[in-house]
Amino acid sequence: MPKMSGAQALLESLERQNVDTIFGILGGAILPVYDALYDNKKIRHILARHEQCAAHEAEGYARASGRVGVCMATSGPGATNLVTGIANAYMDSSPIIALTGQIPTCGVNSSYMIGRDAFQEADILGITTAITKYNYQPQTVLEIPQMVTNAFHIATTGRPGPVLIDLPKNVQTNIAEVEFTDKHNIRSYRLPQPPDLTKISQAAELLATAERPMLLVGGGVILADASNEIVKMSDLLMAPVATTFMGKGAFPESHPLSLGCIGMHGNPAANRIIGEADVLLAIGTRLSDRATTNLDTFAEGAKKIQIDIDAAEINKNVEVDLAIISDAKVSMEMLLTAISEKLKKGKGKAWTTRVKEVKEQLSPMLKEAPRGMTPKALLSELRKLLPASGIITTEVGQNQMWSALYMQSLQPRTFISSGGLGTMGFGFPAAIGAKVARPDSIVVDIAGDGSFIMSEQELACSVTEDIPVIVMVLNNSVLGMVAQWQRTLYSRRYKAINLGKSPDFVKLAEAYGAQGIRVASIDEFKKAIKTAMTSKVTTVIDVPIGSETDVVPFVPPGCGLPEQRGDY
Amino acid sequence: MESGKTKIISVLVENKPGVLHSIANLFRRRNFNIESITVGATQQQDIARMTITVNADEKTLDQVVKQVAKQIDVLKVEELESGNFVMREIALIKVEVTDSKTRSDVINFVKVFRSRIIDISPDSLTVEITGGPDKINAFLNLMKTFGVLELARTGITALARGAKSIKIDD
Ligand SMILES: Cc1ncc(C[n+]2csc(CCOP(=O)(O)OP(=O)(O)O)c2C)c(N)n1
Repeated sequence: MPKMSGAQALLESLERQNVDTIFGILGGAILPVYDALYDNKKIRHILARHEQCAAHEAEGYARASGRVGVCMATSGPGATNLVTGIANAYMDSSPIIALTGQIPTCGVNSSYMIGRDAFQEADILGITTAITKYNYQPQTVLEIPQMVTNAFHIATTGRPGPVLIDLPKNVQTNIAEVEFTDKHNIRSYRLPQPPDLTKISQAAELLATAERPMLLVGGGVILADASNEIVKMSDLLMAPVATTFMGKGAFPESHPLSLGCIGMHGNPAANRIIGEADVLLAIGTRLSDRATTNLDTFAEGAKKIQIDIDAAEINKNVEVDLAIISDAKVSMEMLLTAISEKLKKGKGKAWTTRVKEVKEQLSPMLKEAPRGMTPKALLSELRKLLPASGIITTEVGQNQMWSALYMQSLQPRTFISSGGLGTMGFGFPAAIGAKVARPDSIVVDIAGDGSFIMSEQELACSVTEDIPVIVMVLNNSVLGMVAQWQRTLYSRRYKAINLGKSPDFVKLAEAYGAQGIRVASIDEFKKAIKTAMTSKVTTVIDVPIGSETDVVPFVPPGCGLPEQRGDY
Repeated sequence: MESGKTKIISVLVENKPGVLHSIANLFRRRNFNIESITVGATQQQDIARMTITVNADEKTLDQVVKQVAKQIDVLKVEELESGNFVMREIALIKVEVTDSKTRSDVINFVKVFRSRIIDISPDSLTVEITGGPDKINAFLNLMKTFGVLELARTGITALARGAKSIKIDD
């Protein structure tokens, strides 16, 4: 058995999990791992400029590729800076591994020890208990290989999520004869059994005999790689498909039966049709408040079937008639077979006609784009210029909701946004992570000015590490989304929403060595995108838009999905 | 959760550091109402049993069971069905006794309730009582008429009735 330090054992274990990239920032308590990285040829370290962004970068990497993203930070402030990033990954079920340095468990100086409030000590296990799927702290070098194997197993299986490994400094430096293992051994962690056949058959019966079936697809479908099965199911049942915000991309939005996203700022066609469906199949969605808006009226007329890998999601928000606890892909395959056996030919015509009619009437994409630099016109142009494999990330706020409404997603893993936590500043680092995972794809962060400022320092990371992405700042000089709420729900009592004209995003980009372009018309915007797409360096496109542009329509708090308001 | 009822769930967990923290954290984070929680050894050294008393309606209880089951270190969760389990709690009650009349009254009640006196001082008696919460509450209410100086209750621990046992394989 090879003799090595804990730090070396960690890196070797990560390599065995095919880790090729770590996003991080170093500090005293994690120095031994960085010292081991000095000799490591296989793992690329990308120096983030803030640990929160390192975690978002790892998440962008994970969501663009389906692999695990890894981030690393030192103890104390490094670890606590990761917290928002970890919470974001937890809410959106993204598989990331966070590595943190920690004060030693014992040592020469007994005041520099866990529990003594030593310099840069923070109880990161305690702090992250509520926002990790699991967290670990090895006490000996020998534990490390098994711990890493188990951590990856937990992060990637079942409902994925973040796992943190906190590494006391003495455990990083101690030397031991280490044995590696690729076998996980967590007896208390069980994954769902194959789906219950009677339930599959009941679901098949309901769907096959439905007159107005509809599919509602969440992020779980992307995680389970079940997009093809959704397309097949839609074709088989002639059923329209809406996604949740997190499910965007799981079903091609160019498909005639696509309704776009449901929800508070959803596509009006989706919000209307869901109220008319008689059987609703919800797959891989927790049916969150933003998706359902009002539980009492949500899909009122429909029998509801829910497929989820997480048993705790069944009946948590919406009471369903039939639940299948399973991986989405496995159960969708079984359902497809079961339904084809039961289905009578020649049905579905009236329903698809109705869907088409509602889409034509309500879908914002089918309405003529207003002239000028409106979000819709800009995003429609972006769609035309960007290949189907191009990856969109977004910030949070109006920019995000406009992206959901107007930027059609055609493939899974091409729309990456902070759905559950709604973290401003997520989009740009996520774009960097996505670009690292998929260097051949063009990556665009659709940003608001307020959000971009929260992570703007990562321009330094993208420039020095040669990770060219595009940031398109929909610059309204306000914190637009909250301004919209103050405008519509607080009678224009604007407070603390003005961002002014600071910074000058072109100069800001240039100061970091990136490219900055300001555009004054749609034509200039198209030119800028084309320039940015071939640029070897990150490009920030400053796109001034009106500061009182609303995201419309929207469902006011407490109302049901079809009660959308606002002209659009 | 006003319409809720007291329910007992029995949870087998890995006996290692951090588990109690993660379960307690889960209850706080999900806004579940714990009435009591007891943790202790089982016949298997590496497994601990938590007995959790919660106040919840059916829907919340369903969530409690599922969310607890989802915790990585949890091996098994069981809701103990009413009538089909045995439960006990211990209370230590220090009662103020300033005169001999009170003293003999307390001693009489102790006999009736089949509890025990485990400490005596000139001005107090400490009583140990074991039983279900109803019995303990009844006794406690009587003692309050004399003056309770201090009280310590363990919370409920419980097991399902019958020969059935849960054994976790390695
Ligand atoms: C970290 C964080 N802080 C505060 C908020 C609350 N919030 C939601 S949207 C928003 C405004 C976003 O402004 P901007 O990035 O300029 O985007 P816009 O809405 O104008 O497109 C704010 C402050 C948040 N979501 N995240």
